[in-house]
Amino acid sequence: MQGAVRPHARAIEALDAEPVTVRTPDQLAGVDSLIVPGGESTTISKLLDSSGLAGPLAARLADGLPVLGTCAGMIVLASEVLDGRADQRAYGAIDLTVRRNAFGRQVDSFEADLDVTGLDDPYHAVFIRAPFVEAVGDGVEVLASVDGHPVLCRQGPVLVSAFHPELTDDLRLHELFLALAG
Amino acid sequence: MAEPTTTPSGPETSSARTGTPLVKRGLAEMLKGGVIMDVVDPAQARIAEDAGAVAVMALERVPSDIRRDGGVARMSDPEMIEGIKEVCTIPVMAKARIGHFVEAQILEALGVDYVDESEVLTPADEAHHIDKWAFTVPFVCGATNLGEALRRISEGACMIRSKGEAGTGNVVEAVRHLRSITGDIRKITQADPAELFDWAKKLQAPLPLVQEVHETGELPVPLFCAGGLAIPADAALAMQLGAQAVFVGSGIFKSDDPPARAKAIVEATTHYDDPQMLAKVSRGLGGAMPGLEIGGLETTFADRGW
Repeated sequence: MQGAVRPHARAIEALDAEPVTVRTPDQLAGVDSLIVPGGESTTISKLLDSSGLAGPLAARLADGLPVLGTCAGMIVLASEVLDGRADQRAYGAIDLTVRRNAFGRQVDSFEADLDVTGLDDPYHAVFIRAPFVEAVGDGVEVLASVDGHPVLCRQGPVLVSAFHPELTDDLRLHELFLALAG
Repeated sequence: MAEPTTTPSGPETSSARTGTPLVKRGLAEMLKGGVIMDVVDPAQARIAEDAGAVAVMALERVPSDIRRDGGVARMSDPEMIEGIKEVCTIPVMAKARIGHFVEAQILEALGVDYVDESEVLTPADEAHHIDKWAFTVPFVCGATNLGEALRRISEGACMIRSKGEAGTGNVVEAVRHLRSITGDIRKITQADPAELFDWAKKLQAPLPLVQEVHETGELPVPLFCAGGLAIPADAALAMQLGAQAVFVGSGIFKSDDPPARAKAIVEATTHYDDPQMLAKVSRGLGGAMPGLEIGGLETTFADRGW
């Protein structure tokens, strides 16, 4: 819809899968799994409404659509959003409470090495006006944290990160997602 | 690269680094496909966010008023910028004069998310732009051609916007500048490596950046479009010509129905290549801002910058 669509598409292509841009309900109906990219979560939420995607997306998510959400995507997929807008949608694909812009403004944006459960070497992660997770529900696995705040979580076929795996050349998280998506 | 002295609410993790080129260009990546709107007060900022803007540009007067009033245009009052920051959850940008690095220092201290070193304000230095590498806050700069864009990038700009002619409601200059930038990128992509030295000389741009354009086929940083966009079709035109996001200034708040027009321009930017959708969102928006012929202008902002 809006945001860092192309870097995600490049990562998916590099892993020999075929990316499709989704901006209409017809396009959504044709995909096996979905990435909700980084961008502005308020803008993405509004565009999902105005493009007629809100209903179909909620239905596909309830149906178990494998989905990767990065930064704004994590906010859109969470069950509750703090410091957001009252009219902002939270699709509840993963049982998380997320605080928007929790790490601060752009001058506080940072990159750092993360220890990720299941990966042998640290993952270099880029956080841009990033959110973090305040509370996780039962059945949510926390795969990485910064200062005690979860920033990478998984529940079933839903993987969300507060950072931007699409901005670096490290394909391990996209690889993990494609494995989850089968 | 200047290391920050404090990270107010950033992480405590020892490996964390702020203000790196990746982090600064990263925010521009996140704004792609979106609309950045000029606002002069908190009420307009709310309308912009309600309409789905990805960011707002806080300034005292929109370009068409700067053009009308004349005189020296400077950085906005910090109080006004803070008022807009308080009501917005989306990124807030603000303008500094070309070469006025102290205005930029003040904007960084205020915690704005992007500084626009802008030709719409009266230049403070007629030879030098700001050394943007020295800042943690990222910068966007205007450009009329590829050489200007690459010079700004060599000074540390993390986003380029084609200048167009701000405050005119006339898209012709935006098209000229965008076509000039993307056209030269296409030619450089096709050039023989030996020809890149001459390209660097002609463009008055650093050779390594010209070589990078040759290899990647795109600017090293995101390319957005600004200056004269007034209707949804203008935004879609810029996107189809290769812009990755758009800035709309006077076009929204100088029109008859700003909330409806703002929302329509956001939707046109998303669905820029879908004429059916563009026809739908362009309906019933009331009068657009009155436009100006470029030939009749006393001052052309686009000529400012070196």
